[in-house]
Amino acid sequence: MDLSSINPILLLASLIVAATPLLLAAIGELVTERAGVLNLGVEGMMITGAICGFAIAVNTGSPVLGLLAAAIGGAVLSLLFAILTQFALANQVASGLALTLFGLGLSSLIGQGYQGVKPPAFPKPEIPLLSDIPVLGPIVFSHDFVVYLAFFLTLGVWAMLKYSRAGLILRAVGENHDAAHALGYKVVRIRVLAIMFGGACAGLGGAYISLIRVPQWTEGMTSGVGWIALALVVFASWKPWRVMLGAGLFGGVSVLQLNLQAAGVAIPVEYLAMSPYLITILVLVIMSADRSRAPASLGKGFHAGT
Amino acid sequence: MLKLEKRPQPSQAWTYLTPLLAVILTMIAGGILFAFLGKDPVQAIKTIFWDPLFSEFAFYYRPQLLVKGAPLVLIAIGLSLGFRAGIWNIGAEGQYIIGALCGAGVGLAFYPIEAWYIFPLMVIAGALGGWAWAMIPAILKVRFGTNEILVSLMLVYVAEQLLASMSLGLLKNPQGFGFPGSRNLNDYASANSWIDQSVGLHWGVVAGFIAVIFAYILLNRHMLGFHIRLTGEAPRAARFAGVNPTRLILICLGAAGALAGLAGLFEVAGPSGQVSIDFNAGYGFTAIIVAFLGRLHPVGILLAGALMALTYIGGDIAQSNMGLPSAAIQLFQGMLLFFLLTVDVLTNYRIRLSQREVA
Repeated sequence: MDLSSINPILLLASLIVAATPLLLAAIGELVTERAGVLNLGVEGMMITGAICGFAIAVNTGSPVLGLLAAAIGGAVLSLLFAILTQFALANQVASGLALTLFGLGLSSLIGQGYQGVKPPAFPKPEIPLLSDIPVLGPIVFSHDFVVYLAFFLTLGVWAMLKYSRAGLILRAVGENHDAAHALGYKVVRIRVLAIMFGGACAGLGGAYISLIRVPQWTEGMTSGVGWIALALVVFASWKPWRVMLGAGLFGGVSVLQLNLQAAGVAIPVEYLAMSPYLITILVLVIMSADRSRAPASLGKGFHAGT
Repeated sequence: MLKLEKRPQPSQAWTYLTPLLAVILTMIAGGILFAFLGKDPVQAIKTIFWDPLFSEFAFYYRPQLLVKGAPLVLIAIGLSLGFRAGIWNIGAEGQYIIGALCGAGVGLAFYPIEAWYIFPLMVIAGALGGWAWAMIPAILKVRFGTNEILVSLMLVYVAEQLLASMSLGLLKNPQGFGFPGSRNLNDYASANSWIDQSVGLHWGVVAGFIAVIFAYILLNRHMLGFHIRLTGEAPRAARFAGVNPTRLILICLGAAGALAGLAGLFEVAGPSGQVSIDFNAGYGFTAIIVAFLGRLHPVGILLAGALMALTYIGGDIAQSNMGLPSAAIQLFQGMLLFFLLTVDVLTNYRIRLSQREVA
């Protein structure tokens, strides 16, 4: 065992890379949940985004087009969930599970010809000056643009929810859909848009894994990241900045356990690989003491028929 | 414009018709999917649903129906109890793995003693293993209010890692020339769940039928079953009626875990034979579809389990005869749940044509 082989600067830089897909998926789910919809299909949308992005990037040679395709793929899949829960008034938990099972099947079907294929490399522009800062430069300022996109997305969601009228309406729909409906807001329309935003973000997060973090395609490669993203929203008490903090924490755990595996710590690999999931459970236990911040209409169906 | 009007009571007729409608819609959509993959859709649907039962080689496939159906029915019966009460255990896959590990562990510990009591002990260990694994989300939910959906699912990944660790370490066959995986329990007469391999009958099939009967009696003739149904249909009324939610959570999750553990044990001691890294085949997740397709009703689950087993077997046949990718079958099963949830709206709502009015 050789712990000195772990470079703290590289560790922190890879922490950010590991946290980005989580952050993307979780921030999308946060918006969905703030609108009062519990979409448990994050895992399915992520893996669909992962393969859509991968396939398009390989076929067009453009990773940026791939990311775009991933976002569209995730949004289209989430539209199925929207139809199910908003128009067919199906149970949200069951529909979310259906979405995950469907997404896993769909992705492995699309991904058949792509195993072992190498995707086009993602451009990684070094930001001049900033990336030359010692320590901070390589950690924060030498990533691909998706990392910064995720950061600004979080910033945007936070500002939108806190300061904009649209954010206020979204929260109103999530807190009390009957009141929002009585005020004349289109509850279903707003929720469908929120679901699609969540789907697009999850798709983007999935593609980040298959195109940049790994980068290759294997079946079921998101391996629970979507579910961890769901837990992250609970952890964050539905607050954008805390989602970022949580993503950093979980990214850190998964990177650290990979590094410990590589450094040959005496703990068997399987037990290290369990750690992100166990820590998710632990965090859920700690955070679930306070449930008061959950949107009041979360998971409840809305039917304006009366 | 189409408008949904809530029915005063769920429609009886549609309750029975929606699963059939969902299957038919899935066949149509699946046929379109297969056509896109360049296969003859009619041929593919016939291969999946007809050939395993009535083709000239059906004598070979029919036993498989029991083998594939038994774990699905066992797990789905357990899940349905919780689903009815609004308790969402979706980590049956993990409980299935742990049940198999515990049961096989007990069996392997006795190797090579031959005695009548070994298999019953394995059954108990399997059920207890699954039960204990399900107790983790149950106790966390009861004690801390933690979301059981996320915890039970996280534990699937933990169980998968444990399975890998066990088949590479503790339970590895010492005479296996270094290959991962345990001794084959099919070569160990006392730890074997087969009753008659030629017709696909093993103790898991028997347990599946017993579970169906017990669940039916529980839900229709027993106070606990009434409480489960009441909690699901009218949580507020249940609380006034004095239903203890803590007890219900522990019982529902515990029963689901024990049944999933049993399914895992019977599988590892019979059809699968050994603990190996890829021992779990996703039954725990497919059972969710089975539970919903069976309308959370024991008899319905039995039928749905048989149908789902059929798609597994037919899928295998279609894979070898027509080159249909196995992922297509997985997608096909996912589609079934989608259509089911969609057409379910007809049970609770009427579709009416109405004039568009100002909101």
